[in-house]
Amino acid sequence: MSVNEAPLYRAPLWLRFKGQLAGYGFLSPWLIGLFALTLGPAVSSLYLSMTDYSLMSSPRWVGADNYVRIASDDPRFRAAMNVTFTYVLLSVPLKLIFALAIAVLLNKGLKGLNWFRAIFYLPSLIGGSVAIAVLWRQVFASDGIINQVLMAVFNYEGPSWIANPNTAIYTLVALAVWQFGSSMIIFLAGLRQIPTDMYEAASIDGASRARQFFKITLPLLTPVIFFNAVILTIDAFKAFTPAFVISDGSGGPIDSTLFYTLYLYQEAFTNFRFGYASALAWVLVAIIAGFTALAFLSAKYWVHYDD
Amino acid sequence: MTSLTLTDIRKSYGTVDVIHGVDLRIEPGELVVFVGPSGCGKSTLLRMIAGLEPISGGELRIGGQRMNERPASERGIAMVFQSYALYPHMSVRKNMSFGLETARMPRAEIDQRVQKAAEILQIVPLLDRKPKQLSGGQRQRVAIGRAIVRDPQVFLFDEPLSNLDAELRVQTRVEIAKLHADIGATMIYVTHDQVEAMTLADRIVVLRGGRIEQAGTPLEIYNRPANRFVAGFIGSPKMNFLETSISRRIGSDVALDLAGTQLVLRNGDAAALGVRPEHLKVGADRGTSLGQMTVTHVEQLGGQTIVHGRFPDQQPIVATLEGQNSVEAGDLLPLSADLAQCHVFDAEGRRAAALAA
Ligand SMILES: Nc1ncnc2c1ncn2[C@@H]1O[C@H](COP(=O)(O)OP(=O)(O)OP(=O)(O)O)[C@@H](O)[C@H]1O
Ligand SMILES: [Mg+2]
Repeated sequence: MSVNEAPLYRAPLWLRFKGQLAGYGFLSPWLIGLFALTLGPAVSSLYLSMTDYSLMSSPRWVGADNYVRIASDDPRFRAAMNVTFTYVLLSVPLKLIFALAIAVLLNKGLKGLNWFRAIFYLPSLIGGSVAIAVLWRQVFASDGIINQVLMAVFNYEGPSWIANPNTAIYTLVALAVWQFGSSMIIFLAGLRQIPTDMYEAASIDGASRARQFFKITLPLLTPVIFFNAVILTIDAFKAFTPAFVISDGSGGPIDSTLFYTLYLYQEAFTNFRFGYASALAWVLVAIIAGFTALAFLSAKYWVHYDD
Repeated sequence: MTSLTLTDIRKSYGTVDVIHGVDLRIEPGELVVFVGPSGCGKSTLLRMIAGLEPISGGELRIGGQRMNERPASERGIAMVFQSYALYPHMSVRKNMSFGLETARMPRAEIDQRVQKAAEILQIVPLLDRKPKQLSGGQRQRVAIGRAIVRDPQVFLFDEPLSNLDAELRVQTRVEIAKLHADIGATMIYVTHDQVEAMTLADRIVVLRGGRIEQAGTPLEIYNRPANRFVAGFIGSPKMNFLETSISRRIGSDVALDLAGTQLVLRNGDAAALGVRPEHLKVGADRGTSLGQMTVTHVEQLGGQTIVHGRFPDQQPIVATLEGQNSVEAGDLLPLSADLAQCHVFDAEGRRAAALAA
């Protein structure tokens, strides 16, 4: 029988759909969530981004005006981009390096591995919370622990790291890097996947520990590195809570912690410029999509896949 | 070509001893095969020689030099792993040259060595492929190629053929034998396949429970197994052991010569008669008659017929008959054997010299 032959009988559409109805029924909670809470708002925000909607008045169509203003005439947007890119470009690589380094150490077969794994993972569980951001504010305050240690050990009077526009962003980078736990767990799983006889063959080949790391571990880990990098980058672009808490929602001092999402939030909920905020949101979507696309395009040059 | 000397080599993991003092000298250019049942310590011994596993006790010398503390890369060895352990992200060429690049050999010489090894192994067209683009047999060759380019004093193989299908196994076995003949390096080969052991080895080392049971040429091991374990391990189907006790010569002991020592079997002692299936003949008049076998199962191999059955006292027995025989379950076969090819083992499994000897 040829594959192209038409079947002798096909049930009418309504009958076939009826058969699948139960399936859709079971899916419905998720489908409702998807349409009502995700796709719906997304589509309406796309529409709002081309209006001047501001809560007080009904939306008025302005076309691409919001986008033109973002691109050409918004110093705070540029400040936010600056802060956000600094944050992403610093925190993502540092976090990757930290996570990988600790994972490699833990993978050496340390005693009490499970304890260390839990301890290192802890910051990732609690790190995104408001409480930790508040704690962080204390740690880096002018009379915080960091400065007390600097005073005691080096007799150096540190600045208020958070109040200083030159250093505020770095305290947030540090807070992010501190939460390397989940990437580390994924790296650990990846390291476990590399067969030990690979290292045995390499040690017979005379490769030093360092050479084994750079020539074997790192290349074989590239799929995991890639995965972690993409996830971390997206997360970093979306970061909000720490900056909000540390600067009391202002993005200060002098916009030095004005994360993109924080600026967006201020436009929407402080200044009630929903149309403009919607446009900002879509620009962020485009930026994240662009970064992710770049990552995937670059993957074929540096990511080694086994199959 | 280099000799190896193992003196009282021991290995323990914590409080568990897995190798209990192995003494062995391997001559330059010799191909020695370690065989033994799973878990007997073949791999452990090989890995200690390779330097992948620390030696707990005793001394290892390669070419007269103590090697215990030397790292694997300085022992002049190359190893072929059961899993091949090729670097998946490197091309075949890169896999083969990695060790040489690590040793900072000049590029021209690396290329020349890789080319030569690839020609020997007929993998030149595969040089630019990745391991995942190769068949099992081709990967095996690359793994051997990676060993050859290092021009080692000693080759170590840990069950290199166990991932190949039957036909490829025979073919690769022949090629390894040829390789050994061509380059003449000392080789140690681990397997649990006794056919591989018999066909490849200059000398077989039979291991059990971390001890050497016997070391000798394949035919020595086949003809004069040191004990019941070795006798049963080498040969297929395995040797028949007929449990008996000494009943003749009432009033006097039977003294037998066991590899130089005297083995005394007293009246009433338990003993076993060992006969290889291929040494059993059908017919009461072809050697010493052993009794009537009731056939329970027949395997026709074409060239041979393997007959399973029982003696009247219910002891199982297997006979290999030449050619195709029309034997069926339920048949009665009178069996006999040449006593010169039979062995007597005492209750501890030690072998007395062949009966007639
Ligand atoms: N890391 C380890 N810790 C404890 N015991 C071990 C370890 N590695 C091996 N052993 C034990 O040492 C013994 C010898 O193991 P080995 O791998 O050398 O056996 P083998 O003869 O190669 O067996 P196989 O034919 O199955 O490969 C086994 O009883 C094994 O359980
Ligand atoms: Mg083994």
